[in-house]
Amino acid sequence: MSDFNPLKEQESIVSVTDRVVPVAIGAAVTAVHFLGDKAAFVGAEEKVTLVDPTGATAPVEVAFGGILCSTSDGKRIVMGCDDGKVVVLDRDGAVSTFAIDAKRRWIDNVALHPDGAVAWSVGKVAFVRAPKGEEKFFEVPSTVGGLAFAPKGLRLAIAHYNGVSLWFPNMAANAEVLEWAGSHLGVTFSPDNKFLVTTMHEPALHGWRLADSKHMRMTGYPARVRSISWSAGGKGLATSGADTVIVWPFASKDGPMGKEPAMLAPLKARVTMVACHPRQDILAAGYSDGTILMVRLTDGAEILVRANKGRPVAALAWNAKGTLLAFADSEGDAGLLEL
Amino acid sequence: MSEATANKIPVTVLTGYLGAGKTTLLNRILSENHGKKYAVIVNEFGEIGIDNDLIIGADEEVFEMNNGCVCCTVRGDLVRILDGLMKRKGKFDAIIVETTGLADPAPVAQTFFVDEDVQAHARLDAVVTVADAKWLSDRLKDAPEAKNQIAFADVIVLNKIDLVSKAELAEVEARIRAINPYAKLHKTERAQVKLSDVLERGAFDLDRILEIEPDFLEAGDDHDHHGHDHGHDHHHHDHGHGGLKHYHDEDMHSMSLRTDKALDASTFMPWLQDLMAKEGGKILRSKGILSFSGDDDRYVFQGVHMMLEGDHQRPWKDGEKRESRLVFIGRDLPEQLIRDGFERCIPA
Repeated sequence: MSDFNPLKEQESIVSVTDRVVPVAIGAAVTAVHFLGDKAAFVGAEEKVTLVDPTGATAPVEVAFGGILCSTSDGKRIVMGCDDGKVVVLDRDGAVSTFAIDAKRRWIDNVALHPDGAVAWSVGKVAFVRAPKGEEKFFEVPSTVGGLAFAPKGLRLAIAHYNGVSLWFPNMAANAEVLEWAGSHLGVTFSPDNKFLVTTMHEPALHGWRLADSKHMRMTGYPARVRSISWSAGGKGLATSGADTVIVWPFASKDGPMGKEPAMLAPLKARVTMVACHPRQDILAAGYSDGTILMVRLTDGAEILVRANKGRPVAALAWNAKGTLLAFADSEGDAGLLEL
Repeated sequence: MSEATANKIPVTVLTGYLGAGKTTLLNRILSENHGKKYAVIVNEFGEIGIDNDLIIGADEEVFEMNNGCVCCTVRGDLVRILDGLMKRKGKFDAIIVETTGLADPAPVAQTFFVDEDVQAHARLDAVVTVADAKWLSDRLKDAPEAKNQIAFADVIVLNKIDLVSKAELAEVEARIRAINPYAKLHKTERAQVKLSDVLERGAFDLDRILEIEPDFLEAGDDHDHHGHDHGHDHHHHDHGHGGLKHYHDEDMHSMSLRTDKALDASTFMPWLQDLMAKEGGKILRSKGILSFSGDDDRYVFQGVHMMLEGDHQRPWKDGEKRESRLVFIGRDLPEQLIRDGFERCIPA
């Protein structure tokens, strides 16, 4: 590993690295969520490590095998496991099994509705279960790449090859299909429910305006986009995949159509994770060399949260109030920053 | 590069027509006392059941890349499964991908060329094709998939040799060689092959593209039967050579090129890239060791259809013969076009 540190030369950059509470997870971390003010680091294997703002850790065994995917609404974490189980970890640290695939196949994706409904997918089939509701399923033509609930109503976007199916689990009508050739791996609704955006297998995003299914192509990335985050109020969509944070404008009714994205916080490393602050126009960005920056969306001003340590940043999240930032690199070297 | 390669998890692709003995070989690999753990990606659960190994079901979903190249197909399910497996590094030492009997190996191999995330963590080790000595000759006539699997192979396990006569064995071997003279060929009963002959082959490791000579196990027959010019009137004209018959497959064959004159990189590389862009659909596999003028390093490349990768490998050694050698295996190869184009890259 080289000692080269591009940030050393930028004496003017404000650093808050000394305010970070270091946390050692001791194993690979694939995601971090918040349960209230406790950071929950999801490991690749079996465990979630709960960390309070002082840095005290409490591991929780949640699975017997690998944890393939996870999502959270701040009150609970839903995880899909490679033993066919959908597992829920709640605020009190209690673990429960929400669903079990009959054939014990991999749970590839999970999504959580604000009203508490949970969606998951196995192969080509997406499942939904509302609280007190019965389990419903919908099969798409090819393997599900990603799931997302619409912000309003019980409507599930199911990404797959050559497009996205929009399914109302409580309605008999056929799903609406938004088509675009290629493999769609992740999917998200804009917070105002006007746009749908997918991350693709190739280095690009694709978007649709839901009112008229008009296409939006967002291309130009050197690498596949693996991390996306809506800024406060849904005005912009921040993305990884380049050596700057790419933020697509979604404030107008046309979204990013015909507009250039903002390019913030360039480094000689690739952005691997982005997490927008829930209330202010600030985002946190993690890079392939381990650097973490806080960036102001309005003028691109940067604050150093973590210097480059070599390994890529693998997890990044804010708590709901926006007072705590949690991060971890791929080997589990983690930290908490209180603002 | 070697260090990076060593840290990547090796992936063996196990292919072969229905009933050839893939599952037998897979079960042997898993049950042998080798102290290693495998993650096995299969299409059908149930046929194999070994504790301690991770068995993952796949869907063989192939999709076209959005890059305007029709032969750029990848296995989307593999991208997803490898992604999941990479989160669990340390739980296994190697990955085996078993394809269905009717699968084309190209999308599997191409997945390792086009997907950056896959490339970062895993490396394609070899394509191993299990062939049925009794039925392969027939399948080569009526099943294009069987032919693809032979053409694509780095290692061929010619299985069930106890069910055929010596003459039949010689014939099926000759038919395999007509398509792919470069693969390592092992003749087996009940897929009894040394594991070291099918695993950790490094067949896609640029550092190990050392031997691109035909692999004729029968000694005394090193005749390169595509060295001479022939038109495209491929009848099965059998001509004997030292006991091993020679066949020309009607559409699938290989060709090699060689020159001891240093090539001009600025002429050769554009030609190769153009050739692959235009004819890559026909060229299943390509490999080469190149000597460029003004360059003291050996340059090596390999390709799967239109996807090419190449790198400087190492300096030419003292006393080592500096020559360029290329091999193409493909369907309806435009042989004359390739030869003429190559000739034009050789400085007069």
